Amino acid sequence: MISSIIFTIILLCGGYLFYKNASKIRRNVLLGKEIDRSDNSSERWKLMTLVAIGQSKMVVRPIAGIMHILLYAGFVIINIEVIEIVIDGIFGTHRVLSFMGGFYNFLIASFEWLALGVIVGCVVFFVRRNVIKLQRFMSKELDGWPRSDANYILITEVLLMSAFLIMNCTDHLLQTKGYDHYINAGSFPVSSLLNPIFNNMSTESLVMLERGCWWFHIIGIIAFLNYLPYSKHFHILLAFPAVYFSNLKPKGAFNNLTSVTNEVKLMLDPNATVPPPPETPLKFGAKDVMDLTWKQLMDAYTCTECGRCTSSCPANQTGKLLSPRKILMDTRDRLTEVGKNIDANGSFVDDGKSLLGNYITEEELWACNTCNACTEACPVNLDPLSVIMDLRQFLVMEKSSAPNALNAMFTNIENNGAPWQFSPADRLNWASED
Amino acid sequence: MSQLNVPTMADYMAKGEAPEILFWVGCAGSFDDRAKKITKAIVKILNHVNIKFAVLGVEETCTGDPAKRAGNEFLFQMQAMQNIQVLNGYEVKKIVTGCPHCFNTIKNEYPELGGKYEVIHHTQLVQQLIDSGKLKVEGGEFKGKKITFHDPCYLGRANNEYEAPRNIIQKLDAELNEMKRSRANGLCCGAGGAQMFKEAEKGNKEVNVERSEEALAMNPDVIAVGCPFCMTMMRDGVKHFEKEDKVQVLDVSEMIAKANDL
Repeated sequence: MISSIIFTIILLCGGYLFYKNASKIRRNVLLGKEIDRSDNSSERWKLMTLVAIGQSKMVVRPIAGIMHILLYAGFVIINIEVIEIVIDGIFGTHRVLSFMGGFYNFLIASFEWLALGVIVGCVVFFVRRNVIKLQRFMSKELDGWPRSDANYILITEVLLMSAFLIMNCTDHLLQTKGYDHYINAGSFPVSSLLNPIFNNMSTESLVMLERGCWWFHIIGIIAFLNYLPYSKHFHILLAFPAVYFSNLKPKGAFNNLTSVTNEVKLMLDPNATVPPPPETPLKFGAKDVMDLTWKQLMDAYTCTECGRCTSSCPANQTGKLLSPRKILMDTRDRLTEVGKNIDANGSFVDDGKSLLGNYITEEELWACNTCNACTEACPVNLDPLSVIMDLRQFLVMEKSSAPNALNAMFTNIENNGAPWQFSPADRLNWASED
Repeated sequence: MSQLNVPTMADYMAKGEAPEILFWVGCAGSFDDRAKKITKAIVKILNHVNIKFAVLGVEETCTGDPAKRAGNEFLFQMQAMQNIQVLNGYEVKKIVTGCPHCFNTIKNEYPELGGKYEVIHHTQLVQQLIDSGKLKVEGGEFKGKKITFHDPCYLGRANNEYEAPRNIIQKLDAELNEMKRSRANGLCCGAGGAQMFKEAEKGNKEVNVERSEEALAMNPDVIAVGCPFCMTMMRDGVKHFEKEDKVQVLDVSEMIAKANDL
């Protein structure tokens, strides 16, 4: 009875805390500008099924892809077990779903195999990061918290799965002893391998261990849930909407700024009818996170820092400062800072900082080839390139701070309709040259 | 070599006729000495199959692509709207471009601004001509030669066209060897995003050197490209490794024109 009350309190507090922190992230995302991604819902569902649920872009890199599917399948399916744990916890029952008989045995056996899969996947990932030290996990932008974050996630998952298996093993041993309420239920193909370790323990120790693992497993899950909003691991939730709302146009189609269209129309024809300019002065491009769209901000919270974008970026791979992963991480970190500012002041109070300048430098932005290797590589269709382009637009149209060579190119296009200094009258000369 | 026949839209207009397709040459194709050879190869193919085509000639200006990628949306839209006025004035329906950047911009970014046309890249046109039997291709000098194709970002990833250039190369009875980074994983030549017009940022290697090194590792006789900017970058890269005597850099259209003795 007491344990039921304690369990219910922990569950409710954990749930409420997560709701509060997730709501803050939602509020922060909605600081972004409007962009319409409500079209083509059937195509979007298909894309989400294929890319997010089906992990189709993950397996482009087979080792990481297959290991990730092990973790992903384990995570999703083992969470069915959590339903039982929660019911047992609230009502003080034990293995309440065991009435399903053979199917229950099948479920428990599958969970065990999946738990083993998760442990294997986590160990492989841990080794890739810390022993093999793959290049994309060694980048400077991962120094400090991001690298620790990744390891904490892997270690936590191994601990949770271990607790789950030890719980099953000790439960099974108690079942075979016919002890108390430990009814015969479940099938334990993996955890029974641990039998030799726990076989000689006293019944009391087994019960202690079984209960201990049960509590550790469920409290661990609730704690992990509350860790998500502070972690790159938030991708397990946002990956789905991020893919659903991804750009459906060809990658080469960059957004045309409507505000510019209206001005250009007036310049070409002073009598053109365009909507009146808004009250607040127009700003072209993006300087800070509030100038980006909600989708770009959602992308920032979705990024799990895998670095596939950066490892396929031609600029990054030839030693330039640009890293598309860092662009999204910076966007998220700045947005988090803006969020804290709002928490403290009620609404955003200018802190003299901005995404452009304090987080992302001009040198990074000008190194981009706009080649779309990053957006192609991203397993969940995130778009760091669009952020780079918006910041570039601000640099050029608001700050007039393009590299000199580019300013010369602009002047050439303006004056002679070509990026080089050739006379437009000579444009057809090739046809009569040898 | 026979004289090129390059009618302009204005010529057609004067005759009260309209061509089947507009050939959008692009700035590189009009002014860059190496790229002009690609332009001529495309015209030779068009002449060879007797397509009624025209160019804008002196009425053509930059699509605005490099301005847009550099962040100058104003200049891009100025260029775009002026071009659209000209194109719509001539009631253009179908456009073939000699450059994937022009191709992408006109195809994907002009429609919203009022310019709606059927736009194809020259490799797509060549493939259509081969498929419809209008253009016969035999290997000629490329038979059995080792070819590596470098995907232009703005044809490949940007517009999902990976097959047309490859199908054409295979028609030449050549041995097409793929680099590890090809198709959707292709590495940029280093010219995109207006990089063509500026020095690269500080790094430890030039992008075009990295890419040319990868292409040269395939031991090709020809590095095939489909973009005038890739052409510049890959040629510079091949020169960097002093392989210009052994390895040719050719646009796919040039290979077709050469194979057919055009």
